[in-house]
Parts: sequence; structure tokens; C-alpha cells
Amino acid sequence: MTWLVIGIVGAATIAFKASGPVLLGRRELPARALALVEALAPAMLAALVVTQTVGGDRAIVLDERLAGIVTGGAAVWLRAPLVVVMIVAAATAALIRLF
Amino acid sequence: MCVGAASAAPTAICSVEAMESSRIRDGVRAGLPLVLAPLLFGAGFGLLAVDAGMGSLGAVVMSATTFAGSAQFAAATILKDGGGILAATVAAILLNARYVPQSLAVASIFPGSRLRRLVESQLIVDESWALAGRSGRFDYGILVGVGILLYVLWVGGTAIGTVVGDLLDPEAIGLDAAFPALFLALLAPYLLSRRALATALVAGAITLALLPFTPPGVPIVAASLACLLGLRR
Repeated sequence: MTWLVIGIVGAATIAFKASGPVLLGRRELPARALALVEALAPAMLAALVVTQTVGGDRAIVLDERLAGIVTGGAAVWLRAPLVVVMIVAAATAALIRLF
Repeated sequence: MCVGAASAAPTAICSVEAMESSRIRDGVRAGLPLVLAPLLFGAGFGLLAVDAGMGSLGAVVMSATTFAGSAQFAAATILKDGGGILAATVAAILLNARYVPQSLAVASIFPGSRLRRLVESQLIVDESWALAGRSGRFDYGILVGVGILLYVLWVGGTAIGTVVGDLLDPEAIGLDAAFPALFLALLAPYLLSRRALATALVAGAITLALLPFTPPGVPIVAASLACLLGLRR
């Protein structure tokens, strides 16, 4: 029965990911649609920041990830490279969990 | 090998294919800071999936076809806790619904035939999508390069996990905290524009407001509606 889950979820995800490139293709989008697409990146990134920092199963969970986003955010503020930002956030969470 | 781009040689010998493969190589390089996470989380998923009764083959097939961490963890956790196949399927599909807007946003960057676009679009994951949009315009080489790197490590990590179990608890080294920071770093350049800042704040507020009440995945899809602010003049 688990194969049913694997099959349906796999097929749905493949369709989701392919929807743009297969259905729209390289067609030029009208200006208003382009404005939507451009605004999608900051919207999606902000949503990912929130869910990955405090997201739980139908809950807001405050844990070590919050400390990580604070120090990681400081690293972003100081214009640190991506890999440094990630290491700073991870090390913060890991150290707090250690003690 | 694309000779023309790097040297003074005539660019005529630089085929479209060579240009594409050199851009994909740059993309793989751009993804190198991310290599640890898909390997460790992949192994974690492999172990969990076997515990959940999906079998080693099922675990690897799911990683190879679904290729989306949060949905796979959700489905396997629900199956393991006896939540049933319907709950597992619905949860995973809701979590992956965000790939529809993401896919629409990058539709125009994929070249070639419909079949090739179908195959290459499977390399869209949050990290490859976000990194590809870093310069303000979505970049095909970055998306495909980062996607290939993460795909190989994710599927390979899953296979390792089904055999040897957890390599190292990703949370013990804080990897779960590294990703919100990565997305924050990728969001930061947008915030210089007042309109994008407003869009991000609204999206963040929608997500936070829905998190306690809706199944996981729904808040992100709802938040993507904040892009309607982009239509404001």
C-alpha cells in the first residue's frame, strides 16, 4: 500500500514541477504576468524563512532555529558569503543544543 | 568545452550546447556550499522510510521521483505513526503545491523540446530555485547545476540511509537552522526595493498567521498570493 503513496505523490510532484516549463514553455508572458513572477521570489523566500524558522505541524515552534536566524541574519547584515551565513546559523543552533 | 567564451578564440566554435554545459558547471559550483545537508537529511529519510514500511527500494524510488525533502519526511512520518495512506498522500501533495508557482516563474528559462523541459524541470527544488533567482533574473545554469548536485546527493543519501542508517544527526550540527538563514540571505537583496519589501512582509505575515491552523504547506502557497502586490502601480 505504501507504493500507492510513492506513486501518487511522485506523479503529482512531477506534474507540479513540470507545469511551467511544459505548459507555458518559452512563450513571452504579458507585462502584468511578468510583474507577478518578479514579485513571487520575495514572497516565496519570506514564506520559506518563516516556515523553516518557526514552522511545526499546525503550530508555531520556537526553538534553537530562532537563535540561528538571529546570528545568521547578523551575518547577512554584514554581507557575509552564503556559506558563512549558513555555518554561523548552524553553529549557533548546534552550540545551544550542546549545552 | 566552450573555448570561445573564455579565450580570444572566435566565439563561432562555441556551440549552444557547450555554453549550456559550462553554465551548468558554474551552477554545480554554486551549489557546493549545500552538499552536506542533502546527504545527511537523505540518509535520515532513508532510515525513516524503512521504519515506516516503505522498503529500501520504495525509499529510493520516492527520493528519485518526488525529490522534495519536507514532503517525503511528512509522508514517511505519517505512515510510520499509522496515520494511513490517504493522510500521508494529502500531506505530501499539499507540501509540494508550492512548486506550481515556482515552476510557472521559471517556465521561460528551460530550452529544448517539451520532453527535455519535463525532465529538467524536475530539478526544481527550493534551494536550486532560490539560488537561480539570486541575480534578480532566473538563471538556467544555476538551477540545473544546483539541482543535479542536490539530486545525486539526495538519492544517494537515501540509499545509504536505508543500508547503514543515520550518518550523523543533522540537527545535532544545526543544519535545520542553516536553511532559514540561507533563504534570508537570498531574500536580503530584494528588500532594498520598497515594493519587494512590502511583498515579503505581507507574505511573512500570511505564513505566520496560517501556521497554527492549516496543514503544513498551505501557508506557503497562500503567502505566494502576496505577489499580487507586484501588480500595484
